[in-house]
Amino acid sequence: MASPAGPAINPIEQFSLSPIVQIEIAHRDFSLTNSSLFMILAVVLACALMAVGARGGAGVPGRLQALAEMAYEFVAGMVRSACGESGMRFFPLVFSLFMFILICNLVGLIPYSFTVTSHIIVTASLALLVFFTVVVIGVKEHGLHFFKLFVPSGVPIYILPLVVAIEVISFLTRPLSHSVRLFANMLAGHITLNVFGGFVVMLLGAGVGVKALAVLPFAMTIGLDALELLVAFLQAYVFAMLTCMYLNDALHPGGH
Amino acid sequence: MEPHELALAAKYVGAGLAAIGTGAAGIGVGTLFGQFLNGALRNPSAVDGQFGRLIFGFAVTEALGIFALLIAFLLLFAV
Repeated sequence: MASPAGPAINPIEQFSLSPIVQIEIAHRDFSLTNSSLFMILAVVLACALMAVGARGGAGVPGRLQALAEMAYEFVAGMVRSACGESGMRFFPLVFSLFMFILICNLVGLIPYSFTVTSHIIVTASLALLVFFTVVVIGVKEHGLHFFKLFVPSGVPIYILPLVVAIEVISFLTRPLSHSVRLFANMLAGHITLNVFGGFVVMLLGAGVGVKALAVLPFAMTIGLDALELLVAFLQAYVFAMLTCMYLNDALHPGGH
Repeated sequence: MEPHELALAAKYVGAGLAAIGTGAAGIGVGTLFGQFLNGALRNPSAVDGQFGRLIFGFAVTEALGIFALLIAFLLLFAV
């Protein structure tokens, strides 16, 4: 995408992995990359926020404590409304997923930082974790009754095979859509930001008269940044919400 | 036309075709908010309780448009 007017901008360069500490065990690459660094950062930030916020003591909560309590109440309300009171034992899982994804998304919005969730391997791991949790919990709690999930009640017998096939396929494609939704939103959002940033650089590198036009893509970048802030929160919320709904299937199969 | 020029042209045409999908997602998001407003004006007291579902539906619908945009971006920058 080299332009004759300005420097070449490669919008997907921001997603490249680069090793920071080279580690090789048995000819396998276990290097600490920028991705792992930002993952560790996200975990440390989440733990620090909750540790400081949950220290309590003060009669009037400070800002951090209010933030931690808001996050707790928000996720707790989500789990309660989607899976009922019995689903609250999965609150730690949902809360960890939500905080990790939210902080990864928000940290990724800082210029020159790295967005962990823009790599499908990360989101696919999280989605598969949820998928296998649902299967294991469902089979452990309900045994073969779990597979009632695929047989909706009140369906005429002659279209039942078709409905069961569709239900099985939709169940199996869940981790795919679950992971691609988060990954694609993050990737496309960051590429869009980078493309508009590239327009600013290209226009500034162009002739004198055109330089003033660089204000337009710059304003667009600011607007897109606000949208990305919304998307960063929304996708963390949607990921956690879908996790709750899938867990609800494991806890109450056939209850829908 | 040289073969690689043809491939380049096909790449850009494909990216343009993929971007049509974002318009389809736009229809979906428009329907979503339109219907929500329709219902909200009839029964304003129910608005607050349904806001979460609205945002959820928006995110899920918008994600489909993002998938189309992703294909367009992949064709433009990664193929």
